[in-house]
Amino acid sequence: MSIDAQDPAPAPTAQALAAVPPPEGIAPSADPSAAPPVAPRRRSLLQRMRREWQMYVFIVPGVLFFAVFAYLPLAGNVVAFQDYSAFRGVFDSQWVGLQNFANLLTDDEVLRALVNTLVISLLQIAFAFPAPIILALFLNSLLSERIKRAIQTVVYLPHFISWVIVIAIWQKILGGAGPIAEMFELIGLHGVNIMTNPETFKILVVSQVIWKDIGWGTIIFFAAISSIPTELYESAATDGAGSWRRMWHITLPGLVPVISLLLILTVGNVLTVGFEQLLLQQPAVGANAAQVLDTFVYYRGVAGGDWGLSAAAGLLKGVIATVLVIGANRIAKRLGTGGIF
Amino acid sequence: MAVIDQLAQPDSTRRRPRRTTAGRPPWMDRPSPTMQSLKVVAIAAIVVVMLYPFLYVIMFSFADGRSVGSGQLWPTSFSTSAYESIFAGGVVTRSLLVTAGITVVGTLLSLVFTSMLAYGLTRTRQVPFSKAAMVMVLCTMFFGAGIIPNYLLIKQLGLLDSYWALILPGLISAFNMIVMRNFFMELPQELFESARIDGASEFRIFASIVLPLSKAVLAVIALFYAVGYWNSFFNALLYINDTTKWPIQLVLNQYVVQSNAMTDLQAPDRPAPPAQTVQMAIVVVATLPILVVYPFAQRFFTEGVLTGAIKG
Repeated sequence: MSIDAQDPAPAPTAQALAAVPPPEGIAPSADPSAAPPVAPRRRSLLQRMRREWQMYVFIVPGVLFFAVFAYLPLAGNVVAFQDYSAFRGVFDSQWVGLQNFANLLTDDEVLRALVNTLVISLLQIAFAFPAPIILALFLNSLLSERIKRAIQTVVYLPHFISWVIVIAIWQKILGGAGPIAEMFELIGLHGVNIMTNPETFKILVVSQVIWKDIGWGTIIFFAAISSIPTELYESAATDGAGSWRRMWHITLPGLVPVISLLLILTVGNVLTVGFEQLLLQQPAVGANAAQVLDTFVYYRGVAGGDWGLSAAAGLLKGVIATVLVIGANRIAKRLGTGGIF
Repeated sequence: MAVIDQLAQPDSTRRRPRRTTAGRPPWMDRPSPTMQSLKVVAIAAIVVVMLYPFLYVIMFSFADGRSVGSGQLWPTSFSTSAYESIFAGGVVTRSLLVTAGITVVGTLLSLVFTSMLAYGLTRTRQVPFSKAAMVMVLCTMFFGAGIIPNYLLIKQLGLLDSYWALILPGLISAFNMIVMRNFFMELPQELFESARIDGASEFRIFASIVLPLSKAVLAVIALFYAVGYWNSFFNALLYINDTTKWPIQLVLNQYVVQSNAMTDLQAPDRPAPPAQTVQMAIVVVATLPILVVYPFAQRFFTEGVLTGAIKG
């Protein structure tokens, strides 16, 4: 994500071309005599800005958008320090200092939401995180390109379906009136409804995540696999390494940088679990099993009207998450795998 | 289409050595029969688990009352009454129109503003402060203001219960912008230089050179935005209280996921189709647009445009 790496090559100015011989391919159009006889470095900042005024027509609308819809809402976090009331608004509500944060610590529901969030996150790191790696390795072991492509087409599909539709479809299959419940009926288990059972809910959540995103998750691993030189496999095979050993000693080590990077991102997001997914299913399984930090903020704040407290919960969560990402990135750099920023 | 075909053909396939007739590189051993049959079983399992749920819902949306809730794996009756009732002009029809409108307008606006910003940020060396703008956009990928502050912003802007609340907050995605910018920067820069020397304005270069050369990336990003707008659920839940303005995802949540009874679906002169079939028919019509564009989109996702962005 380094910005320097993405910079375009500087435009071939007269100076640059005089110093460096022009690379092949651009020689005809970049004839030094055709380039404008100006040296941009000597111009003042204002002159350069005036010269490039057209570019600001492209940049300013986008920058305004991010200022209003990404940065301005950050200021809305002041509500976390207020006894916010919708009638008085942000400017006239009473300031209460850290009272909302103190209330958070004594709120049982916050603790429950935190525990649920962490349990689901850990289950996801244990099962949903490795799933695409395993699938990518499996698909990579298939010899037929056509079969591989066909399976990729099938497994990417659920990624493009909204959570609302995914939950609706799962309800039809696993719910009380679906074919799975009927199968349980046949072996004598009556009234099985996996979709509303609070005890198995967290496993259900992780299964849904795997079903929806296992295919999409393989893309980045395929990119990494395709950059491993084929000669490595070829010479390993000539030295007598079977397909398992080639996978273990060549493919997996080739994936380690990508895996550690993604693990960093996952750890940084440990406080965020599928918000829409849980919001949709909470009415069916109850808050005890399905309340996570984000749904707590929604239900307590937007639905319940306790704006200050839930804004405090959201702010605290955001700050901790940012610290986690930066911390995990430091660790990754120290381990020599390179960070993301 | 030449550019698109190039993109669909990633470098890796070109580098791959020639294969034997079995699709196997010459140095690789023949896989054992046990291994091969295990793989076939695994493939079959993956395909069934991924596709059967879709098939089930599609099949039973065409069933009548006798088949529904009987636990069959496929229905034994056929009826289109569920579709007739949801297309009779009630909640579902209206929400489909609303969602289609938001998707079309939103995708167009997103494409315009994303491509403009992406082009504006391609020359960070020459244009003062454009690097700062780039950093400002990149940073938004690592934090979010949270539900409450976003809600308060939309409220302060007076956009509650307005369709703009479903379009404006997601107008430009930083990720999509970066994908596009990377693509623009890989275009032959000499073209732009010589156009500039010939006196073309940046607007002219953008409209006559950059955009026509970028059809592939524009198509991919348009699909991303369109799928996003079609699928958007939480923004609508948060900002739209007026049920007549509900997009399809909210209708799905209300009548299918939460199973609330639909009051305006029954035509007065006919018996109502069973609720289960109607629910499945709603799922089908909400999924159909995605299923239709998916084959076109899929070929880009494998490799090509996106991997460049991820590596960059």
